[in-house]
Amino acid sequence: MQETYLGSLGNYRKGSIEIIKGKPGHYAMSNVFEVASHAAPYEKVVVGKNLKYVIETVRAEGVSPWFSASHDEFAVVLDGEIDVHFIKPSDGPLVNADTEGSVRIEGEPAGQPMGYVRLRRGHQALLPAGTAYRFEARQTGVLLVQTILGSCSVEKWAEICIQ
Amino acid sequence: MDQSAGFQSVTASDPDKTNGYRTFTLGDFEFSRDAYFVTVKWPSKGESRSHQMHADDFLRAMMRDVAWGFFYGWVNFDEVIGTRNHYGRVDMYAGSYNASFKDAGVDYTQQFETPLIMATFKAILRDWVNEGFDPFAAPEETGSAFGIKHGDNIGAIERTRIATKRMPGLVGDSPLRDDLPVNRQFADIGQDEPEIHAKPGFEHELHAFSLFKYLSRSDVTWNPSVTSVCKQSLFCPTTEEFVLPVFHGNDRVEWFLQLSDQIIWDVGDKDTGEPRARITMNAGDIAAMPADIRHKGYSQKRSMLLVWENATPDLPKRYESGELPPYPVPL
Repeated sequence: MQETYLGSLGNYRKGSIEIIKGKPGHYAMSNVFEVASHAAPYEKVVVGKNLKYVIETVRAEGVSPWFSASHDEFAVVLDGEIDVHFIKPSDGPLVNADTEGSVRIEGEPAGQPMGYVRLRRGHQALLPAGTAYRFEARQTGVLLVQTILGSCSVEKWAEICIQ
Repeated sequence: MDQSAGFQSVTASDPDKTNGYRTFTLGDFEFSRDAYFVTVKWPSKGESRSHQMHADDFLRAMMRDVAWGFFYGWVNFDEVIGTRNHYGRVDMYAGSYNASFKDAGVDYTQQFETPLIMATFKAILRDWVNEGFDPFAAPEETGSAFGIKHGDNIGAIERTRIATKRMPGLVGDSPLRDDLPVNRQFADIGQDEPEIHAKPGFEHELHAFSLFKYLSRSDVTWNPSVTSVCKQSLFCPTTEEFVLPVFHGNDRVEWFLQLSDQIIWDVGDKDTGEPRARITMNAGDIAAMPADIRHKGYSQKRSMLLVWENATPDLPKRYESGELPPYPVPL
């Protein structure tokens, strides 16, 4: 059996585009490990964008700020070991219902601790609408976040894509 | 012709006395098969035109069209025949998206109510898939599609997936795959689950599962399943081996994120099929499939692919009208 090849921050092989007609930029192709390797910890770099919806790649290193969103978000760990801690806000929603995307919360929000999930490579967690959450990397790694373009999203396509 | 293929609205012949297969009629199209080939006929310029495919290729393509509910946009069975989804109605076409057929004026398109074309395709699969052949499986994992009619494989072609509302494994949502075996090519994928340490009262609010374990137990290839729902944003990962049995034409932008191993994509013009690019994607690579292309993938080892779809209902019209550019990012 051939070994299954899973990339990581320290071991990835970026692919390529052979153009016959058109431009490489039409495919907005990047590599999430490469992007995360050049990103600041918990910088939410957009690597996929479909109108308002995005996939962000995140370098998980140390402890993140607290975030919240008015809608469900999802995190998938592609490298490292990462805890996600949750708080149920006690003073109502931290984010308006019409605000989309992750919103950074200053300080630790007031509320009831809900517990945490410990994720390793290939694990996926629900980041439920209305909760506050924070990442703590036990081992530096890479997260994918399925969300909506928001105030924390960082777009730098020219820097990350094959052209 | 009779109505005996098991679906009231399906038009099918009696079984052929030589090879045992029925011939099916859908509007002006005729579908027949023999031991090796499927033949599709349609009218053009007062004549009957025909096209042949290997039976295994045809059945793999038709199986995806049925399983995907005609999917988003175009499902090209090969360079000549295929379907276009209008979400409630479906076009069956021959040569309509092939530059040579189109230029010669020998192409043909006919539109059907979705239930009729779906019933016809399902009846074809029930009749033409023989015992031992699984059109969802990789070639190494299944028997032959060829030969005169011998038995059937209803269990394989009628696999059902339960739709995911938020995420598999949540109470009331789609199930995980713990009861399925790990695929032979993912024997090295860890089967550990996330640790969930919920405080009392929050046991049903915190949720996590192993996506890689879930994918390692997929018993089909090239058949996406939804694993997370963020409004109209759908993560639809799938496991891929050998070749995508269709050339999928996009009616919207979709994205691929290679989770493991490698897939090479041939990309062509959506309308003419002319080649545009060849993209090699390794683990961690993410790329858009623009709204004006068709694509076909090749995976020499079973791999994990995250297909990301935007299910916003009005997108096909917005792209077709030019309101939205076919490319997702201005570069």
